[in-house]
Amino acid sequence: MALSTVGITPAETITTPQAGGVRRRRTSAGYVLTVCAFLLPSAIPLALFVLGPMIAAAWISFTEWNLITPMEFIGWANYQSLLADERTGEVFLHTLQYIAGYLPLVYIGGLALALALNRALKGRSLWRGIYFLPVVTSWIAVAIVWRWLLNPNNGVVNVALGWFGIDGPGWWTDPDWAMVSIILASAWKDLGFVMVILLAGLQSINPDLYDAAKVDGAGPWSRLKNVTIPMLSPSTFFVVVISLINGFQVFDQVYAMTGGGPGGSTQVVVQQIYDLTFRYGAAGEASALSWLLFIVILAVTVIQIIGQKKWVHYA
Amino acid sequence: MKHSLLAAGGILGVSALLLSACATEPASSDDPVTITYSNFTSAGGNEENLQTIIDAFEAENPNVTVDVTTLPYGDYFTTLQTDLAAGTVADLVDTNYDFFPQLASSGSLAPLEVTNPESYRESLIDAYSVDGVSYGLPSSFSDVVLYYNADLFDAAGLDYPTSDWTWSDEMAAAKALTDAGTGTWGSHQPVSFYEFYKVLAQNGASFLNDDGTAVAFNTPKGIEAAEWLTSKSGTVMPTIEQGQGTADFDTNLFLEGKLGMMHSGIWVFGALAEAPFAWDIAVEPGNTQQASAVFSNAVGVSAASDHIAEASAFAEFLTSSQTMVDVRLDSGWELPPTSDEDQLAVYLTKDTPANRQAVFDSLDSIALTPLVEKGQQEMQDIVTEELIEAQAGRKSVAEALASAEERINAVIG
Repeated sequence: MALSTVGITPAETITTPQAGGVRRRRTSAGYVLTVCAFLLPSAIPLALFVLGPMIAAAWISFTEWNLITPMEFIGWANYQSLLADERTGEVFLHTLQYIAGYLPLVYIGGLALALALNRALKGRSLWRGIYFLPVVTSWIAVAIVWRWLLNPNNGVVNVALGWFGIDGPGWWTDPDWAMVSIILASAWKDLGFVMVILLAGLQSINPDLYDAAKVDGAGPWSRLKNVTIPMLSPSTFFVVVISLINGFQVFDQVYAMTGGGPGGSTQVVVQQIYDLTFRYGAAGEASALSWLLFIVILAVTVIQIIGQKKWVHYA
Repeated sequence: MKHSLLAAGGILGVSALLLSACATEPASSDDPVTITYSNFTSAGGNEENLQTIIDAFEAENPNVTVDVTTLPYGDYFTTLQTDLAAGTVADLVDTNYDFFPQLASSGSLAPLEVTNPESYRESLIDAYSVDGVSYGLPSSFSDVVLYYNADLFDAAGLDYPTSDWTWSDEMAAAKALTDAGTGTWGSHQPVSFYEFYKVLAQNGASFLNDDGTAVAFNTPKGIEAAEWLTSKSGTVMPTIEQGQGTADFDTNLFLEGKLGMMHSGIWVFGALAEAPFAWDIAVEPGNTQQASAVFSNAVGVSAASDHIAEASAFAEFLTSSQTMVDVRLDSGWELPPTSDEDQLAVYLTKDTPANRQAVFDSLDSIALTPLVEKGQQEMQDIVTEELIEAQAGRKSVAEALASAEERINAVIG
């Protein structure tokens, strides 16, 4: 697996804002054409599969439509009923619960892995490959395996807990534990992705800084706190932004592991969008909810970009 | 952007004209035609049986080729709705009784000129008609019966279930059969909407009020019925934590010889053919009266099809030909929708299960699926969700029904 390439790309992505202004002054027609030619292959699918559907969803959100009868224009009614419906708050709350559990777990786990695999270690590439494997595995397969691991009756986890005299919880069959089950599976799956980004960030830290810190008498903990963590902040920022966006859009694992249950305890925003469209024939309301979600994600991301000045240090 | 939109509109307009020209021109009977058929009814074991019927149709109609797509039931209606929205729907599609009203009222189905209405069971052909016009042809029907493992009954020294059994007979036998030591359970009944409206009827209660505008199950009789449905879990039936509720859980447990009785549809006959023990069926027990669930499927021709005539001809063959009747009766692939009782008599002569008469006796007292104009699926989901809350002990049955009543009335009202 070409892990080294995977490792380098995000680091470059991260340093782009800093290098952004370098070539701003070159605006000849030839140059513009060249840029457009390079942008086109990604711009066309973006327009067809992202912008187009977004605009279409905006239009659908002002209609009542069950996919099979003609659309009926109803103005802002979908938005009004969504904002008045207490379920909307619930699905956002469940999504936030997911993010609150998932983000710290995947970041701290990914950081620990990255630090461990950044050392001289026998079979280091193999370990990196192994930890990255879940990232490229299908969610359906992962969900089935995790449902089995977390089977309340005879799953590996509860059997192992039983050896220590612990009576394991009902996991995905228990409303109090179902979201925890989804968070555990998600963190496990995405750990490798976070690890690779942070690993690239670690490798771009100038070793001189560590030497200087050592000369100043800084111990391992102090070096981590005062060199590694601040110098890693661009990678951390990238991980947090991407994980929050993905977190708000959580769906595959919910659909495959719980379908939103039990008792609606894992009904997240996108699962609700899916159910409204394909189960309840309310594509208009679902599109309105999609736009609400988009606005929330946009707002959260903008706040982060503004807030990054306070804590992200580009070397 | 504006220009390209105009151009796209122009192209659409021209193709619409071309398409309508194609549609109005009568197709010569010799031109080869391919029709597409999207189905769920053959999924999971009857694909070859369907192909046998298609082969027979193609042999009689050499110019027509049937291109069949088979989807699992769980994915079928999502795909169908998406296809309808995208304009990529097959010429002929499967539907069931629950989804048919939505499909017919949306104008997605072409009206059918049925040349042989007398060959279908009257109640079935009526179920797929609107104001006397057929929009679908019934393709099969099935009902739900009580399966029992005769060897387990013998070992426990119990009498086999009969068609006169009541809930208390079933519960007494279930308790006697349940044995924690051997991991044997007495009786399995799914906790879901499809069981609930039936047990309501078995207890003399009903799901909806007379004009279908609100639910009517939150009554003492309704609570008693829900209690019956949810109380098996953990006593004579495994709990959700023990795996109950996952796909084919009951069939697999029954096949392992660890389940005394189960409430399931006759579509499981095939799966139980290889069971290494003696088993049979009986009419489902009732409480104050008997009531059985009947499910039927149908095919409809897409109103947007370019080959309505050919698709209709195939629909008729698929639902009323002798080949279809023979294939279904031979393989036990549900029941053919034929009105000819003599043909069905053949069904009774097949063995395993021996008491096939119970399949027909169950039709004497039917609990029909409650249908509402708006929010059908959401209503079903709410009922199932609330009953599972009661089953898991997170709510009392009374609380669950009160909550279901409030939520459903808000959706369907």
